[in-house]
Amino acid sequence: MKQFISFVKKEFSHVLRDRRTLFILFGMPLVQILIFGFALTSEVKDSKIVVVDYARDNASRAIISKFEASHYFDIEKSAMSHDDIYKSFKQGKIKMAIVFPAKFNETLLQQNKAQIQIIADASDPNTANTITNYASAIINDYKSQLDKTMAVPYQIFTETKMLYNPQLAGAPNFVPGVMALVLMLVCVMMTAISIVKEKETGTMEVLLVSPFKPIWVIFSKAVPYLLLSLVNVASILLLSVFVLDLPINGSVLLLLAESVLFIITCLTLGIFISIKTSSQQVAMLISLMGMMLPTVLFSGFMFPIENMPLPLQIITNIVPSKWYYVIVKSIMIKGLSFSYIWKETLILLGITLFFLALSIKSFKIRLS
Amino acid sequence: MRTIKFLLFKEFKQIFRNRAILALIMVMPVVQLIILPLAADYEVKNINLSVVDHDHSTYSQKLISTITATPYFKLTGYNKSYDEAFRLIELDKADLVLEIPQGFERNLVRENQQELFVAVNAINGTKANLGGAYLNTIIQIFNSDIRVKLLEHEESNQTQNIDVTVSNWFNPYMNYHVFMVPGILAVLVTMIGGFLSALNIVKEKEVGTIEQINVTPIKKSHFIIGKLIPFWVLGNVVFTLGLLVSWLVYGITPVGSLLVLYVFVSVFLLAILGFGLLVSTFCDTQQQAMFIMFFFVMIFILMGGLFTPIESMPGWAQTVTKFNPASYLIETMRMVILKGSGFKDLLRNIGIIAIFAIVLNLWAVLNYRKTS
Amino acid sequence: METVIRTEKLTKRFGDFIATNEITFEVKKGEIFGFLGANGAGKTTAMRMLCGLSIPSSGDAQVAGFDVYKQTEEIKKNIGYMSQKFSLYEDLTILENIKFFGGIYGLTDKQIKTKSDSLVEKLGLHNEAKKLVSGLPLGWKQKLSFSVAVLHDPKIVFLDEPTGGVDPLTRRQFWELIYDAADTGVTIFVTTHYMDEAEYCNRISIMVDGRIDALDSPVNLKKQFNANSMDEVFYQLARGAKRAE
Repeated sequence: MKQFISFVKKEFSHVLRDRRTLFILFGMPLVQILIFGFALTSEVKDSKIVVVDYARDNASRAIISKFEASHYFDIEKSAMSHDDIYKSFKQGKIKMAIVFPAKFNETLLQQNKAQIQIIADASDPNTANTITNYASAIINDYKSQLDKTMAVPYQIFTETKMLYNPQLAGAPNFVPGVMALVLMLVCVMMTAISIVKEKETGTMEVLLVSPFKPIWVIFSKAVPYLLLSLVNVASILLLSVFVLDLPINGSVLLLLAESVLFIITCLTLGIFISIKTSSQQVAMLISLMGMMLPTVLFSGFMFPIENMPLPLQIITNIVPSKWYYVIVKSIMIKGLSFSYIWKETLILLGITLFFLALSIKSFKIRLS
Repeated sequence: MRTIKFLLFKEFKQIFRNRAILALIMVMPVVQLIILPLAADYEVKNINLSVVDHDHSTYSQKLISTITATPYFKLTGYNKSYDEAFRLIELDKADLVLEIPQGFERNLVRENQQELFVAVNAINGTKANLGGAYLNTIIQIFNSDIRVKLLEHEESNQTQNIDVTVSNWFNPYMNYHVFMVPGILAVLVTMIGGFLSALNIVKEKEVGTIEQINVTPIKKSHFIIGKLIPFWVLGNVVFTLGLLVSWLVYGITPVGSLLVLYVFVSVFLLAILGFGLLVSTFCDTQQQAMFIMFFFVMIFILMGGLFTPIESMPGWAQTVTKFNPASYLIETMRMVILKGSGFKDLLRNIGIIAIFAIVLNLWAVLNYRKTS
Repeated sequence: METVIRTEKLTKRFGDFIATNEITFEVKKGEIFGFLGANGAGKTTAMRMLCGLSIPSSGDAQVAGFDVYKQTEEIKKNIGYMSQKFSLYEDLTILENIKFFGGIYGLTDKQIKTKSDSLVEKLGLHNEAKKLVSGLPLGWKQKLSFSVAVLHDPKIVFLDEPTGGVDPLTRRQFWELIYDAADTGVTIFVTTHYMDEAEYCNRISIMVDGRIDALDSPVNLKKQFNANSMDEVFYQLARGAKRAE
C-alpha cells in the first residue's frame, strides 16, 4: 500500500507539471458550460422578417405593430414589393416574410374572410416551423381581439406546462452531456496517452521491473485522473447551480456516486486502450474516434436518438456515456431516486467489469 | 519563388508517402458526411404522447384520433391518471401528456368553452417547443372543425376569419438533411484544414528537421507559403469529395454557382490553415497542438450556428461568433447551396474571411522564429 | 590567414543559468577546429549562436564576416550545419533530400544534378539513392547529413557531435570526408566526445562549465598539461567541472 501511494504521488507531480494541458483540462469544461448554458438556447427569438404590405390599412397596420411588439421578431424592412422578398432571402439574414394583400381590411369586413401569406426561409426547417407557429399565434391573437365584442362559441383553451425547464433553456439538456464529454476526455484520452507516453519513452520498462506488481503500476497512473475528474465534476456542478441557476433536484450523494462509477468506467477504457496501443498518436486517434466522437454523436445530448436509423440506434446502446447521460439527467433534472436508474447503473457496472477483466487478461499476456 | 517550388515538391512527396494519413484524410470526411446527417436529424417527429382521458366521450376520442393521425405524434400511453402518465415522462417513455378533463364534451357544448391540459418534458427545449406548438395547432384545427359543425345548426356565423397560408421556400419538404449537410461539410473542411496544419510544423519541431531548415537562409514567408499551398489543395480535394457525397447520397446540388462556392472555400481554407499554422508555431509537442486545436474547433463548431441559430444567442455570444471563421463558412455554404446566393450577396462574408486569412497568416509568419 | 569566426566575450543566459560564459576565440580559414567539453558544458549553445539559430545574451561574434545579432540570414547563406540529432527528412529519398536542400540554398537544377551524381558516386550509394532515408544505417545517414551540409559550398561547416553512436571504422570514413572538405578550403567547426577525433583537429578548445579553459593545437595542449594523450588533458580539465548533466 505504501508503495502504491508513492507511485500515485509521482504521477501527481507529472500531471501537475504540464501547465498547458492542465489549463485546457480545467478551461474546457468551463468554456463548454458557458457556451452551452448561455449561448445555445432552443428558444428562437429576434428573427429578422420583412413585411410586404399592399393593403396599408388599419387591420394590416395593427397586425404589423403586434409583430413589432413581439420579441420573437425584428422587422427589418417593410413596404417592399413581392420581388424583393427573394432578394432579401438570398442575402441571408431574413427568416420570414409576411404579405398582406391589397384591400385586406375591406375584404375582412365585407367577406368575413381575408388572407395573409407567410413565406418562411425553410432552409432551417425547425426555425421555420417555430417562427411560422409564432406568427400564426400573433395573427390569431389579433383575430380574437376583433372577436372580443362577441363571445366565440365552443372555444377550447389549452394550458401548456413546460416541465423541468420552463424557459426552454439549453442548460438542462446540455449540462449532463458536458459532464459525460469532459469525463471521457480526461479519463480515457489523458490516461491512455500518459501511459502510452511512458511506453514510448521507455520509462515503463523501468517501472515494470520494480518489485511492485505491474498491474498496480498501471492503476496508480489512473488515480490522479480520478481525482482530477472529481474536481471537474464538482466545478461543473457548482457552475451549473450557481451560474446557470440549474438546481440539483435529486440526491447529490447519489449523483456523485454514479459519477465515480462512470469515471472508473472511463479509466478502465483508457487503461485498456493504453495496453493495446504503443504510440501516442494511435492512442489519441482511438480515443478521439472511438470514444469522444460516439459520446458526442450517440449519447443523445446533441442529437436525438429516436430520429436515427435503427442500426445507429442499436449502436448507441454500447456507448457508456449514453447511460451516464440518462443517469445524470434523471437525478439532476428530474430528481429521481435510485429505483429509477438501477438498470442504467447495472449496465455501466457491467461495461466496467468487462473491460477491467479484458485489460488484466491482455496485460498478463503481454508480460508472459 | 524557386524556393517555394522545392518546398512544395517536398511537402507533396511527404503527404503522398504517408498513405495511412492520406487515406484517413480522404475517407474520414466521406464517412462522417454519410453518418453525421443521419445522426444529426433534428427534425421534430416521433413525439411520444401519453393521453389521460377522463372524459371518454365521442369528442375526446375524436381529438385523440385527430392527433395520432398526424405524422408527428405517437401514442405511447393511455393512462388512467396524470400521475401514471407523469411516470412515463420520468422514464423517458413519453414527451408529452395530454389530459382531457371529465365532462369535456358536455362543458364545451353547454358552457361554450373548455380547457385542456398539456404537460411537456422540456429538458430538450427544441422538441418541447415544437411539440407543444404542433399539439396546439392540431387542437385549434379540431376546435374550428367542431365549431363549424355545431354552428351549422345556428344562423349566426359572424366570426371573421383570417386565413394564414404558409409557404416554405428553399426547402419545401422541410427536409432536415438539406439543412445539415452543407453545415456539416463546412465543419469537416474546418476540421481537416485546422488539424492538418496545426500538427505539421510542430511535427518538424518534434522530429528535429526544423533545425536543418532554420539554419538555411530560407525566408520565413516562403516557408509558411510552402506549408500553406499543399494543405490548401488537400482542403479543396476534401471539399470536392464532400460535394460529391452530398450529391450522390443526399441528392443535394448547389442552387447557386459552384464558382462562388469554390472562391469562398479557397479563401476560407487560407484563413483556417493560417490559424492552424499559428497554433503550430506556438506549440512544442503534437499532443499540445492537438489539444489546443481540439479546444478551438469545439468552440468553432458550437458557436458557428450549425445547431442553433446565431440570432437567438445572447449579445456577447453573437459578438464571439463574429470572430469565428467557421460561422461565415457555415452561413455561406447554406446560402449558396440552398438559396443560390451569388457574389453580390456574399461580398461582406468574402471580405471578412479574406481579412482573417491575411491577419492569421501574417501572424503565423511573425510568430515562426528561425532564431530563438 | 583570413579569420572566419571571431568571438568576443560571447555569452548566453537562460534565466539564471549561464550556458555559455564570455567565450573568446578565433578560427582561421581552412582550419579544422575541435570544440570539446563534457555534456552540458555549453558546446551546443555556443554553436547554435554561431549558426544564427540562437541570439546571444551579450558579447560579440562575427561569422564569415557577418554579425550574429543582425545578420543571421547572411550567416546562414555562408555556413552548413549538421545537428546532433539526424535531421534530414526520413520520409524522403536520398536524392529527394539533396534536391530539396539544394533548392532551398538556391542551387540551379544543373548544379543539383551534378552535385547529386558526384555525391552518390563518392558515397557509393547507387543502390540506395532512390530509397527512403529512414531505412539507411546510422553511419550512412551521418555521411549523407554531412554531404548535404556542404552541398552549397559553404565557407564554414558546423558539425555537432557528427559521429555519435557508430563504429570506429565508420568514424574513420567520416573524417576522410571532413579532410576532403577542408582541403578545398572549407573551415570545419566540430564538437566531439571522442579524444582520438580531437587529435585529427588543427586546434581544439576545451569548455568547462560554460567557459573555454584551454585552446591550442593537440600537441601544444599535451605539452602544456604534461600529458601523454588528449584523454589525460580532458580528464584534468573536466574533473574540476561543477556542472553535471
